[in-house]
Amino acid sequence: MNGMIIETEGITKTYVSGTNEVQAVRGIDLTVRQGEFVAIMGTSGSGKSTLMNLLGCLDTPTTGSYRLDGVRVDGLGKNELAAIRNQKLGFVFQGFNLLPRTSALENVELPLLYDRRPVKRDTRALAAAALERVGLGERLDHQSSELSGGQQQRVAIARALVTSPALVLADEPTGNLDTRTSMEVMKLFQELNDQGITIVLVTHEPDIAAYAKRIVEVRDGRIRRDEPVAGRRCAALDLQEAA
Amino acid sequence: MKTKTLFKIAGQSIQKNKMRAALTMLGIIIGVAAVIVMVAVGYGARSRIRAQINNLGTNMIVITPGAQQQAGVSQGAQAFANLKVDDVDKIRRESQYVSAVSPVVVSRQQVLGPEGNWRTMIQGVDSDYQTIRNWDTQTGAFFSEDDVRGGRTVALLGQTVANQLFPNADPTGQTVQVGRVPFTVVGELTAKGQTASGSDSDDVILIPYTTAMSRLSGREFIPQILASTSAEQDIPAAQSEITSILEESHGTTPGNDDFTVRNQTDLAQAAESSTQVMTLLMASIASISLLVGGIGIMNIMLVSVTERTREIGIRLAIGARGGDVLTQFLVESLVMGIAGGLVGLLAGVLGAKLVGHFTGWETVVSPLIMLISIGFSGAVGVFFGYYPARKAAALNPIEALRYE
Repeated sequence: MNGMIIETEGITKTYVSGTNEVQAVRGIDLTVRQGEFVAIMGTSGSGKSTLMNLLGCLDTPTTGSYRLDGVRVDGLGKNELAAIRNQKLGFVFQGFNLLPRTSALENVELPLLYDRRPVKRDTRALAAAALERVGLGERLDHQSSELSGGQQQRVAIARALVTSPALVLADEPTGNLDTRTSMEVMKLFQELNDQGITIVLVTHEPDIAAYAKRIVEVRDGRIRRDEPVAGRRCAALDLQEAA
Repeated sequence: MKTKTLFKIAGQSIQKNKMRAALTMLGIIIGVAAVIVMVAVGYGARSRIRAQINNLGTNMIVITPGAQQQAGVSQGAQAFANLKVDDVDKIRRESQYVSAVSPVVVSRQQVLGPEGNWRTMIQGVDSDYQTIRNWDTQTGAFFSEDDVRGGRTVALLGQTVANQLFPNADPTGQTVQVGRVPFTVVGELTAKGQTASGSDSDDVILIPYTTAMSRLSGREFIPQILASTSAEQDIPAAQSEITSILEESHGTTPGNDDFTVRNQTDLAQAAESSTQVMTLLMASIASISLLVGGIGIMNIMLVSVTERTREIGIRLAIGARGGDVLTQFLVESLVMGIAGGLVGLLAGVLGAKLVGHFTGWETVVSPLIMLISIGFSGAVGVFFGYYPARKAAALNPIEALRYE
């Protein structure tokens, strides 16, 4: 336990468009240990999305080093990054990003199908178990369009969990949800974190960040604040109160 | 990713857009159907010509007197009376490859029957003529070698002649008068229909050539000798054999022979190659629609890639490689191509049947052309699907995910 999941040293990202150079991330040192629940906060334009893309291996840093779960990932090629994303990361997006006209089960099964390691697994059973874990055991065959927003986000979380990743990255997971459903989703995240899953959550809402254990605030491409959450809230209790 | 999964995913996404997929495939369907109908009509024409040529006789060799010059004036073919009965006998005796040989002595005569008269072609032939022309009798039997040797007055009536002289009766056993000579009808020939040039093969009476020469024409030369071999591949050998036999007896040398030896295969090949050119021409015109169908696939796949940018982004984010996305879209267009090809094949076979039904042409859909057209439409799918698929594979996952 308590192994290092994220270790970045001075990572930067510079976008070049024509003669303009935009430094979105200007040297970030961040470490996240196994079992942490980190909220990355920041206003739009703060560089938090770029940081999220870098942490999620969707993009490579211009300079600096990044180790994910002990593996050096800066400088890897496209296909190697795809494999890292597939095996070590689980994504949860704001817009759910499920495949349309595809059943919940098939959506969750998808990452397993892209795994090129020669292991024989019952991908169906794994996907069903992941859906069970997020409380959707009864809705395996529902199309994503037949599910409510909260249920769709649960499917997305199940899809992130199905590969047993080292890190779950959630990008504004409650952005499209009402308050009550947001609390339900955060309750699920808290439960998963209690089970030992490392979560990095990107949000601009302080209310949502308050469910995490640690807040990292990004402004102008740098970390401005990195501290434990004072007065951490419990989503399960909040839900009871609201009811 | 497993091949099975790939095809499943491709099938699903085609199913999700049934109407669009159907319209896309329409181009391929029409293209394949057009090719199949065209080739079927072409093949049909070819087999019809082949049948017509076989109708003339199987493995037939035609020997005619050659053109010759007399004092610098070229005479037309058959101007010379230099083929004799001896030549026929010599070929029959000495040739190994020739299995049947018959002289053909022709004259036009008025024929008198019990109920009417008719002017027709009288052919004096040997009993071998039946084998050479592959011509059976409908009633009665072909005259025998004895009839020929004895110069008997026996006759076989072609269908047209039989219908004219004996409208409602079997002519076998009856008597007809050819010129002033009465002949006993020994049989009625089966119908052969029209010749390739359109004349009526059945407007004929066959009699022994000996009888024809002694009783009707009174001439000794033979305008045409027909021979045949038992196997098609023996024809060239038989031809050169006949040539050397006749050269020996006529005392001529290659280059100034006074006879010509031709075979039906030359004719058949010429006719076949011309229909082949036609078939090829029609098929290539039809292939253009297949090409247009392919461009249709490319068009729709490009639209599809744009429309599914987000889906591609999701797949890339959860760990699909560019290659996986490329393969997925390639398989999709391959499946559309092959499915279109199959439906087109069905439509083509039906279309060929319809064309055959309404025009009376014979149409032949060969299994080979079926295979080729399916394979080709699959290839069209992959070829025209490659560019859109590569575009999809090259998408940046971040931008693809953000795409609205």
